[in-house]
Amino acid sequence: MTAYLLRRLLYAIPILIGVNLITFALFFVVNTPDDMARIHLGAKHVTPEAIARWKAEHGYNKPLFYNDQASGVARFTDTLFVQKSLRLFVFDFGRADDGRDIGREIASRMWPSLAIALPTLLVGLAVYVSFALLLVFFRATYLDTAGVVLCVVLMSISGLFYVIASQYLLGKLWNWVPISGYQPGWDGLKFLVLPVLVGVISALGESSRFYRALFLEEMHKDYVRTARAKGLSEAAVLFRHVLGNALIPILTGVVVVIPRLILGSLILESFFGIPGLGSYTIDALQAQDFAIVRAMVFLGSVLYILGLILTDLSYTLVDPRVRLE
Amino acid sequence: MTLPFQPVILWSDALLLMLLAAVAAFVLHTLRHEHLRAPWRAVWDSRLGMAAAVVLAAYGLIGLLDSLHFRARLPAAAGEPPQYAAEVLSLFDHLVGPLRTQVEESYSAPFATHLFVKKTLVTADGRVVRDYPRLKYGGAHLPDPQGRWADVAARGIEGAGLGSLLAAGAWGLAALGLAVHRRQPLATALAALARERTLKGPRAALLTLTLLVLLTGAVAALAPHYHVLGTDKVGQDVLYLALKSIRTGLLIGTLTTLVVLPLALTLGVAAGYFGGWVDDVIQYLYTTINSIPGVLLIAAAVLVAQVHIETNPQLYDTAAARSDLRLVFLCLILGLTGWVGLARLLRGETLKLRELEYVQAARAFGVTHARILVRHVLPNVAHLVLITLVLDFSGLVLAEAVLSYVGVGVDPVMPSWGNMINGARLELAREPVVWWQLAAAFLFMFVLVLAANLFADSVRAAFDPRSGRIA
Amino acid sequence: MRAWSWLLALLLAACGSPPNSPYPSGEAARNVLFSNFGPSPPKHLDPARSYSENEIVFTGQIYEPPLQYHYLRRPYVLEPLTAAAMPVVRHWDEQWRALPADAPAQQVAYTTYDIRIRPGIYYQPHPCFARDAQGRPRYVPIDPEALRRIRRLTDFKEVGTRELVAADYVYQIKRLANPRLSSPIYGLMSEYILGLKEYGRRLEQVVKDLPEEAYVDLERYPLQGAQVIDRYTYRITLRGRYPQFIYWLAMPFFAPVPPEAERFYNQPGMGERNLSLDWQPVGTGPFYLAENDPNRVMILQRNPYYRPDFYPREGEPGDAEAGLLADAGRRLPLLDAAIYTLEKEDIPEWGKFLQGYYDSAGITSDTFDQAIRIGPDGRPDLTEAMRARGIRLTTAVRDSIWYVGFNWLDPVVGGSSERARKLRQAISIALDYEEFISIFLNGRGIPAHGPLPPGIFGHRTGEAGINPVVYRWEGGRAVRRGLDEARRLLAEAGYPGGREAGSGRPLTLFFDTMASGPEAKSRLDWYRKQFAKLGIELVIRATDYNRFQDKMRKGNAQIFEWGWNADYPDAENFFFLLYGPNRKAGEGGENAANYANPEFDRLFRQMKDMPDGPARQAVIDAMVDILRHDAPWVFAYHPLSYGLRHAWVGNVKPNLMAHNTLKYRKVDAAARVAYQQQWNRPVLWPAALLAGLAVLGVAPAVLAYRRRLRAGALERARP
Repeated sequence: MTAYLLRRLLYAIPILIGVNLITFALFFVVNTPDDMARIHLGAKHVTPEAIARWKAEHGYNKPLFYNDQASGVARFTDTLFVQKSLRLFVFDFGRADDGRDIGREIASRMWPSLAIALPTLLVGLAVYVSFALLLVFFRATYLDTAGVVLCVVLMSISGLFYVIASQYLLGKLWNWVPISGYQPGWDGLKFLVLPVLVGVISALGESSRFYRALFLEEMHKDYVRTARAKGLSEAAVLFRHVLGNALIPILTGVVVVIPRLILGSLILESFFGIPGLGSYTIDALQAQDFAIVRAMVFLGSVLYILGLILTDLSYTLVDPRVRLE
Repeated sequence: MTLPFQPVILWSDALLLMLLAAVAAFVLHTLRHEHLRAPWRAVWDSRLGMAAAVVLAAYGLIGLLDSLHFRARLPAAAGEPPQYAAEVLSLFDHLVGPLRTQVEESYSAPFATHLFVKKTLVTADGRVVRDYPRLKYGGAHLPDPQGRWADVAARGIEGAGLGSLLAAGAWGLAALGLAVHRRQPLATALAALARERTLKGPRAALLTLTLLVLLTGAVAALAPHYHVLGTDKVGQDVLYLALKSIRTGLLIGTLTTLVVLPLALTLGVAAGYFGGWVDDVIQYLYTTINSIPGVLLIAAAVLVAQVHIETNPQLYDTAAARSDLRLVFLCLILGLTGWVGLARLLRGETLKLRELEYVQAARAFGVTHARILVRHVLPNVAHLVLITLVLDFSGLVLAEAVLSYVGVGVDPVMPSWGNMINGARLELAREPVVWWQLAAAFLFMFVLVLAANLFADSVRAAFDPRSGRIA
Repeated sequence: MRAWSWLLALLLAACGSPPNSPYPSGEAARNVLFSNFGPSPPKHLDPARSYSENEIVFTGQIYEPPLQYHYLRRPYVLEPLTAAAMPVVRHWDEQWRALPADAPAQQVAYTTYDIRIRPGIYYQPHPCFARDAQGRPRYVPIDPEALRRIRRLTDFKEVGTRELVAADYVYQIKRLANPRLSSPIYGLMSEYILGLKEYGRRLEQVVKDLPEEAYVDLERYPLQGAQVIDRYTYRITLRGRYPQFIYWLAMPFFAPVPPEAERFYNQPGMGERNLSLDWQPVGTGPFYLAENDPNRVMILQRNPYYRPDFYPREGEPGDAEAGLLADAGRRLPLLDAAIYTLEKEDIPEWGKFLQGYYDSAGITSDTFDQAIRIGPDGRPDLTEAMRARGIRLTTAVRDSIWYVGFNWLDPVVGGSSERARKLRQAISIALDYEEFISIFLNGRGIPAHGPLPPGIFGHRTGEAGINPVVYRWEGGRAVRRGLDEARRLLAEAGYPGGREAGSGRPLTLFFDTMASGPEAKSRLDWYRKQFAKLGIELVIRATDYNRFQDKMRKGNAQIFEWGWNADYPDAENFFFLLYGPNRKAGEGGENAANYANPEFDRLFRQMKDMPDGPARQAVIDAMVDILRHDAPWVFAYHPLSYGLRHAWVGNVKPNLMAHNTLKYRKVDAAARVAYQQQWNRPVLWPAALLAGLAVLGVAPAVLAYRRRLRAGALERARP
């Protein structure tokens, strides 16, 4: 078990290096150190000397991948790539264009993101599973057909529509909740209602259908027939047996996304003015603040790998027969 | 001799034609082999699937017409060499002529005769008033704007009437085909078409076609005289914009396939079939790509593409070429980030296939890898590929809107539903609300995605009978 | 527990703060102004660096330069703020012999400004002033252990204050040359302030080997051009004569900064906690920045040590009637605090204003028709709906210009050839800015006839003020020349019908812009439409900020759109945008069009030192004529600023030069609470409707459930 974990963690290193290589190559084409210097120095009255000075001061005066000025290993290590990317591995993200510390910003912004993403996940899971169970319960009736058609229709609506429509109706016309904003603490609950609602509804069609298929597959298994033969009521079969057995793939499927929850949702956060990591990323993209984008890419990759490891672990927890080797 | 126009083949046009050729080859191949045709028969029998197919075909036709580009020849003085307009038009633009050229000053509501916003006007006696001016084109033929609804109804019915003739023709042709096929009299075939259970799929298709044709007829009759879906902030016809967006949506959904398909097929199958270090390398590759949050990777790549266009302005001198290239890049990038899912699926399936007895036997007999892959593996994963591609299509169309919002979508001057939604988002804050552009974009997108989803469903049900299907 | 009260409020629609309020309950009743900032938070609050409009909203209230603009009087008048009197200005020749005030410019070698500040002014409470029992700074040097527990500025428990002295002003002027700060006005000021350029070079040597966070003790390095005379007096020495300098003394660039603050912030570990002058300013103004969470909210709190400062007793005629003198003589500031919430999008901002949660709002073109109607006399007025809510409107011409520039270095549209000039003139006529203003600004702009906006000395109105190249004077109004004239000019330029004479090749021009996002598309479409009127195909080269700046710097752009906000109300601040030596390509100046005309440059040098008067007007007229003829810019428009505010906000008079106006503002909190209650009653029928629909949906499910159970029973009953 420990050996397995160790191996997975070691395996993560080449992946993260690969991720860094890709993002580094992409971003330094777009955003050369000269561009960075100009953004930091402001738009007016910037001389070439000032740029050179800034680059030297911030360590950006090195070549990208290969340093022919240095000797030995330093030819490869005394380069921008190694110098700037290795720092990410110790979660030193450096400063954003506005001079703020990215690590500190991430630490404070992950909470609002979680405040939206976690309820969305939990409420969503409950709603999708119940809806799917209902459909399965009424399978092969017109209710089932209507439900599935509803799912397909919901799937075909752009997520942006839900955001725009809900903000307009609930916030502007009916005065139920604030249109946008965020506040930490219980006071802020009213700000969460709308984004969570939209988050849940926008995935309703796809997820419910997925779970319905999952349950239907389970319904065809032998144990269900046995249970029915024992004279259990349909509801009992469904809730006790089918749900119980399907819960394992559902939960293990959810585990992989849990670490990434702190990254938040790009669209929801920026539409509803939530100061989380999602809106942080989108602002950085729009302002072309690549230090932030690179930090978020790295963080996203780390969390993804973490999710994979957690998934493996959760398999061993729910099913002791699975052994990780 | 000089042509009255100069054909222009944009990158995306060329790729689209390539894709069409591939699809045609695939269709011919399928038609020739009975065992390949069989699953499609299930689609043929599905009511929703056939209805969806007709809608998709209609969208496809518009997209195709909009992909045949040309530059019109300019009137030249004697002795001058022929010159062509800098503006690149498509056959579609040419066909819908007035829709493109009848540009108002600003917002106007569907079927409006007056501008939606007040303007400062100077009356004949020199007074300055602020009022809604008459539109330049919308309802301009009416002497009295009061009577416009009667006029709209009359023209609409007239157009729909013409449409119904076309629809009748379609029914007749279908019946004729059936009659020839079954060697029955035409009347019997028509009756069968109307009632017979085995023909419920084609019947649904014909009904959908009828509806479409009626609608098209009515709109075609109205569009030269009214802005059926209103106009946007700078007075462009929203119907025109929504129709132009079809091509963008379709291209994003389909061109991406051109990138996904070879990557996923070669890498996925190779990983599963060869195993060992090949598998390790490919797995490493897709875990790495998968671990990068998708939007960020796309954003980075789009920015790189933008820099490329910016640093090589001489290559893309027309507005159309610039925005077209950005679209092609976007598809390329979506493909480069999107092949992972399919490759994974194929890897798993190939792993299973590899262990099958006849494959093992073939290997034992020393059949070459290439032959085994082509003869035994590829045909057995084809249905997976098809199902995944059809399912991905709708996701890509929806993704375009979100990417435009993030600012890494198609070129801002290119008509697309994402750009329309993004621009119209702020219009909801107006009072009274300007809803038509938003509604049009969402509606056109919704119909396409719904049709694609329904079609994908019936394809999946046909090829993978275990999966649940609607009705 | 407030969460429950909110649920309750929603369910009962009873009293208490409305369920859609974005603030904690009870906030609305405080003597506080609610406003917003955004779409992005201010980057720099350091007075040496801050140069943006969204930053001066804050720095203007916190930092006090020696002078300010009178709040009420027009035209704008400077008056002492922290200074005891207006600066004493003296001119000197090369040998430091005094010259009379009207000495010709070429004789003046130096100008001195002696500024005496008032005693008894104190800084806001701040930990950098805290001292221990021995009188040593409490937090300098800081114990790294203690710093570990610090997360933000309020975690420092001890604070202190200090009296403002002249040395603080001198210190800030030295900071302008600090290479670590890269002040945006260093380049400009080093041309004028005696010794500043050398000072900057010297500091470069000093900081070269220091770590990034190290404190540079500027007091150890004297600067010739800024010196302390006594505790309350300092002297600024300029090279030559620069009459516009007096305006700079009303900007935060010349506000005092206490050296203690820099010493405090430039310690290891401060920067990574976002503790710096850029984020936590230290000033003497009426407010201080109590909370700076740029992701959410910024709060300006009343400075408890603020000196006695009073509301002006006199204004313009009409001010008393408008109620602007009701508080004459009252001690400032009138508010306890101002809360600014981050708002990234227009829709929520406007929505919250209408709900009463923001005290004031601007107007976008999308909300214009809802808010404003144009009266029969052509003057803007509020709509009935707005007036019923007690909302009020203020309008003012902004001291800015938007223009479309032609790159003078471009072979097609640039240069002084007759061909290019006619092409530019034709385009100037074709770009119908009357239409632009009506579509995109709803009339909130004035078509520009030259670079100077109304209200700046040198601007002319009426027939004398029109641009004869683009307009005709007809029936008492300026009328844009017709397209036929534009087409004729285009033909004379060698492009009949938009096609090159001889080859017949269509003319294609390039428009460079960094505009992107929702509003941009329709605007770019509009530009293409305008050029198409002449048969010219316009290719939009939309790009990102970096690429655009890069192009402008290299002079690779062809046609571009740009704007300029005046730093101070003087013609010089507009004409220098077209001064040849000031060009952007190669020189890095602000002349983005890279325009160069020797005669214009000569007149500019003459005009800039002249006092306002008929002689200066004559020179300005000559300069404007050159510009109109050469047409390096299409003069687009001067934007009008429209502001809306609720009935409970008082003492609002638009003053586009003064930025420290928050201290005059007042609110009637009780009225605000009442209005908010009235406007935000939740609409409950949709809830009932939804509940009804749910019941309707459940009914068939129940029926089907019964049937299924029965069927199940039958199934099982079967053998």
